Amino acid sequence: MTIRARAFIVVLALAGVSAAAGVLHAREVAYPPAPVSQRLLYLRSGKTAARIMLDFDALAADVYWIRSIQSYGRDLKNRNQPDRFALVGPLLDLTTTLDPHFLIAYRFGSVFLAFEPPNGPGRADLAIQLLEKGLAADPTRWQLAHDLGFVHYFHTRDYAAAAEWFERAAALPNAPSWIGPLAAVAKAQGGDRQGSRQILRGLAVSEEAYIRRAAERSLQQLDALDAIDQLEALVQRFNEIHGRYPSGWQDLIADRALTGPPADRQNAPFVYDPATHRVSLSPESPLMPLPEMLRR
Amino acid sequence: MTGRRVGLVAWHVFKESVRDRVLYAIAAFAGLLVLGSVLIGQITAGQDLKIIKDLGLATIEIAGALMTIFIGVGLVSREIDRRSIFALLAKPLPRWEFIVGKYLGLVLTITVNLWAMAAALYLVLAWQNMAATESARLSWPAPALDPRLLWAMVMITAEMALLTAVALFFSSFSSSALLSVAFTVGIFVAGLASTDLRHFNDIVQVHPAVGRFVGAIGWALPAFSEFDIKSQVVHGLPVAPGLIAAMVAYAAIYAAAAIALSVVVFSRREFK
Repeated sequence: MTIRARAFIVVLALAGVSAAAGVLHAREVAYPPAPVSQRLLYLRSGKTAARIMLDFDALAADVYWIRSIQSYGRDLKNRNQPDRFALVGPLLDLTTTLDPHFLIAYRFGSVFLAFEPPNGPGRADLAIQLLEKGLAADPTRWQLAHDLGFVHYFHTRDYAAAAEWFERAAALPNAPSWIGPLAAVAKAQGGDRQGSRQILRGLAVSEEAYIRRAAERSLQQLDALDAIDQLEALVQRFNEIHGRYPSGWQDLIADRALTGPPADRQNAPFVYDPATHRVSLSPESPLMPLPEMLRR
Repeated sequence: MTGRRVGLVAWHVFKESVRDRVLYAIAAFAGLLVLGSVLIGQITAGQDLKIIKDLGLATIEIAGALMTIFIGVGLVSREIDRRSIFALLAKPLPRWEFIVGKYLGLVLTITVNLWAMAAALYLVLAWQNMAATESARLSWPAPALDPRLLWAMVMITAEMALLTAVALFFSSFSSSALLSVAFTVGIFVAGLASTDLRHFNDIVQVHPAVGRFVGAIGWALPAFSEFDIKSQVVHGLPVAPGLIAAMVAYAAIYAAAAIALSVVVFSRREFK
């Protein structure tokens, strides 16, 4: 066979593959694939999955972990999807049954599950179940006990339970020294911004980049709440001085109460409503929604 | 003299096996998969190192099993197909020396390949270690270049030495390579599920006699599932040296038994 004939066959084969992709695309347009929520998780029992995977259960756990992240990320983007985040819990359960020592699956998984809508399913009960499963598999992991305290503090708002879990975490091997005082904070300042800040600062120094980022975001939300309180105080002060409420930020800037339009730590401008005289975050801000429990 | 003859057969098998294209195809596939694990690691929310180790060790085990099965089953049947067995048996070479030499040669080939793949995995891990930030390193449950991974490699090597003996056994009595592959794969898969078979009564509600029968099969099968410590070493959990020693001893005893059976079967075979 000549070189020209060989090259012709290669080009023909590549054209064939491209044509096949075109047919596939036309098929997807004509018969769209089922929406995410209708997709099935064929295997829901972790124990059955472990048997089927033979020696390769840790590898299967990795696959399910990637699927958990993808499922969470996809549902986070598709806000109008019915049954959003419905697969995250079962996928995490499979992941952790296949690999009971997969620490980040418990830690980050509990964050996914506990997030309030629209950022998560708001299933603090499932988050607690997942973390308790992790502690049953490895009772010496202070991180899991700490995260149980965190979920109780921020999501179930059971400050006594939070304090108890922080105490248990502090007593576990290799627990950092900053966990001990969190029990007292949870007891004395449950639901208080200062207490929340102290708990989040601990997480913000976590070795896990994703947990650190989630804590930093929550700290920025607390800063935004403080900023909103201060801005509303300025609005009231303007009313006391001028006998009327400002019509916009320009009035406060002209009055030298502000140096420019105020923005949150993500540089999204705060919104002032002249009708209600209330200040809020921009709907476009990555810090939305703010934690309701810490509003004043 | 016996040692020298066995050594010569083994060395011949090693030289012949390393020329086998199947070996290179599997090794190249494994190498690509180990390298590809770096890409897969990028989509795992900071769990890249765990995935590289999991995927790397699983790839080494699967590639080792494929090499063992596809080369192992042809060890004897190929000599018969090529009729070179007549020339070999005409020489002052007892049949048991021929079988033991074949076995040792293939174990040498598989061991060299397994450890070459392990070296490739360590190279990927070393690169990952260099590229990682200090805080990322702190979040790892075990260091990137954790020497404990070598314990997993010892277990995989012992597992493959046992699988080689099983493949050789089927190769010694079956003239069909396809049948030998089917038998060996069947025993390997059953052996990977042997823990469940041994404890069948605890898993499934059946008549106690059935449970005992299945349990007996579980004890008789080579317990390939017991060589799995991949998950422990990846998480940096302690692995008792006694466990490793016990499994290496188990592999040696079981492989010796399988080779003995192969010798018995092969010595009774007639070649026309």
